[in-house]
Amino acid sequence: MTSLTTAEAPRKAPRTTGTRRPRRPRLPRWRDYGRPRELIVRYLLLLFVLGITVGPLIWQFLASLKSTSEDVFGANATLLPHDPTLRAYRAVFEQVPVATYIWNSVIVVVLSVTSQLLFSTTAGYMLSKPAWKGRKAVWILLAASMMFPFESIMVSLFLSIRDLGLVDSLVGVWLPGFVAAINVLLMRGAFLAVPRELEDSAMIDGAGEWQRFRHLYLPSAWGAIMVVVINTFIAAWDDFLWPLIVLRSESSMTLTLGLSRLQSSSFGYDQRVVMAGSVISIVPVLVLFFITQRWFYKGVSAGAVKF
Amino acid sequence: MVTDTAKPVSVPGTERTASVPGTAPSRIRRLGRALRPGPSPGANGAALYRRWWQPWLWAAPAIICAAVFGVFPFLNTLLLSFTDAKPLGGAASFVGWSNYTRMLDDSDFWLATRNSLLYALIVVPLMVLLPLLLAILVEKNLPGIGFFRSAFYTPVLASSVVVGLSWQWLLADEGLINTSLEKAHLIKDAIPFLSDSWLILFSAMGLTLWKGLGWYMIFYLAALGNVPKELHEAAAMDGAGAVRRFWHITVPGVRQAMMLVGTLTGIGSLRVFTEIYMLGSSTGGPGGADRTLPFYIRDVGLDPLTGNAGYGSAVSVALFLLTLGLTLLAQRLTKEDES
Repeated sequence: MTSLTTAEAPRKAPRTTGTRRPRRPRLPRWRDYGRPRELIVRYLLLLFVLGITVGPLIWQFLASLKSTSEDVFGANATLLPHDPTLRAYRAVFEQVPVATYIWNSVIVVVLSVTSQLLFSTTAGYMLSKPAWKGRKAVWILLAASMMFPFESIMVSLFLSIRDLGLVDSLVGVWLPGFVAAINVLLMRGAFLAVPRELEDSAMIDGAGEWQRFRHLYLPSAWGAIMVVVINTFIAAWDDFLWPLIVLRSESSMTLTLGLSRLQSSSFGYDQRVVMAGSVISIVPVLVLFFITQRWFYKGVSAGAVKF
Repeated sequence: MVTDTAKPVSVPGTERTASVPGTAPSRIRRLGRALRPGPSPGANGAALYRRWWQPWLWAAPAIICAAVFGVFPFLNTLLLSFTDAKPLGGAASFVGWSNYTRMLDDSDFWLATRNSLLYALIVVPLMVLLPLLLAILVEKNLPGIGFFRSAFYTPVLASSVVVGLSWQWLLADEGLINTSLEKAHLIKDAIPFLSDSWLILFSAMGLTLWKGLGWYMIFYLAALGNVPKELHEAAAMDGAGAVRRFWHITVPGVRQAMMLVGTLTGIGSLRVFTEIYMLGSSTGGPGGADRTLPFYIRDVGLDPLTGNAGYGSAVSVALFLLTLGLTLLAQRLTKEDES
C-alpha cells in the first residue's frame, strides 16, 4: 500500500487536500494486509510456531483429562481424550498433599509481593529525591548486590539461613529476596517521572512526606507497581532451586517442589495425575497474565535495566 | 548536614505542618544549598523538611536486604572458600588454598565448567537470532496477531518444573516425539533423549531456548519499533529482497538489543539448573555427566551428608569469575561495536 502511494507521488501534481470531503473510514479488508500469498505464508508460520510453543502445554492439559483406560502416550494414544474426566484432578488432591503445596506457595507469594511492594516503593521514593547525604553510597550498595548471580552465593546464603534457624521454613524461602534492588531501581525511575510542580503544590497545600508519597507518588507510579507485583508473583510462584535447597519436609514444600518430586516418586507413573498438578500450577499465572497483560509487556522492557 | 541537625533546630512534626521555612539560620543555609545549582540539582523545598536520617529510614529495608543477602554472602563466600565448613554446621577450620588446588584437579568440576560453557556457546547465538525472527513474524499488525503474541509468551509464564515435566513426556522413549517418528517410519528404535548424556544436554538447551523465545521476542518487538519503516520501503524500491533487507536494515537497527540479549542469555546459560534437573533427573544425567556449575555447587556444597560448604564456595567463586568475565567481554564488545 505504502509503496503504491510513493510510486504514484512523483507523477501527480501535489493535490490540495483541503477541498476534498473526508472519506468515511471503512473496515480493513484482507488485501490491505498484503499480497495473499505472503499472508498465507505468514499465517502458516504463525500456526507452526504456535504448535511448537503452546503445543506441549495443550497436550499436557488434554492428557490430564484422560481416564485411566486411555494411553497418554505410546502407539495407541490419541491427542483428544475420548471421554474427558476430572478424575486426575480429584486424584492429585487425594493422593498427594497438593493442597498443602499450593497453600505453601501462596504464603511465599503473599509474603514476597507484600514486602517487595512496600520496601521497593519507599526506597525507590527516597532514591528519586535529590540532596541527601549517603544517597550515592546506597546506590552503589544496591548496584553491587545485583552483580552476584544467586547461584554463586547460595552456599553462603544457606549457611546464613541455617544460622537463623530457618531451614525447612517458608520464611527461609522468602527472606533472602524480600526486596530486590532491581525493583527499587524500577520504582525510582517511575517516581522520577512525576513532575516536580505536583510535589511543590502538594507541599503548599500542606501535605507531609508520607501524604505526598501515599497520595501523589504511589498513584502516579501505578504501571511500575503492577510490574513489580507481576514479576514478584511469577518469580516466587515458579522458583525452584532455592526452595529445593531450603525445604526438607513434605509439609513445607511449595508447589513446584512438590511437582518435581511427584515425577520421581511412585505416582510418577500415572502421568495424568502429574499433568493435572502441572495444569494447576500454570493456571494462576496465566490468569494473572491475561488480566494484567498491558503492564506485562512494559515490564519486559523495564527489565532491560537488570544488567 | 550532620552539624545542622546536631542543634535543636526544628520542632518535631514540622514536616507534617509544612509551614513557611523557619528563620533558624541552619534552615536558611539549607535553603541556600538546595537552591544553588550544583551537586544536588533539582532539590526543592521538600528537602528542607527532611531530617538527615529520614531517607535512611525509608530505604532501610532495601539497604539491609542488599547488604545482608547480597553483598555479605559474596564476601562470606570468598572467606568460606578457604575453610572446610560443613553445610549443617559444626566447627570449620582454615585450610588455605587447598579447596582451590582440589578444584583444579577435579575432573568433575571441569566437566561442569565445560557443560556450562558449551551451554552458553550454543544457546547464545540461537537465542539472539531466533526470537528476532519471531519478532519480525509478529511485528506486522495482522488480524489476530495479539493472540499469537500472547500465546508465544505462555512458555515464559510456566515454571521450569512444569515445562520440564511436559518435555519429559515429549522426549521419553515412548513419548510423543519418538512414537510419532516411529509411526512415520523415520526411526526404528527410540532416540534416547533422556538417557544419553549428550542428548540430555542438547534437550535441556532446547528447553531453555523454547522457554526464552517469548521473553526475548517482546524485547525485540520494542527494538524493532525503533527501526525506521522508510528504510525498508526505500530498500524495497531499490529491489532489495527480504533477506537482504533483514541483514542490512533490520540487523543494524536492532544491534544494541542483540548485544543486550547476548549478554543476558550468556549470563543466564551459566545459571542453568532446573532444566538439567528435570530432564537428567536429580543426579544430573547418567553419573552426573550433565551437571552444570550451579548443579555441581549444590552437589558438593550443600549435600547434608557429604557436602563441603568450603569447597562449594570455591566452585561458587569460579562461577562468579566466569560470569564476571563474560559480562566484561560483552561490555567490551558493545563498546567496540559502538565506536
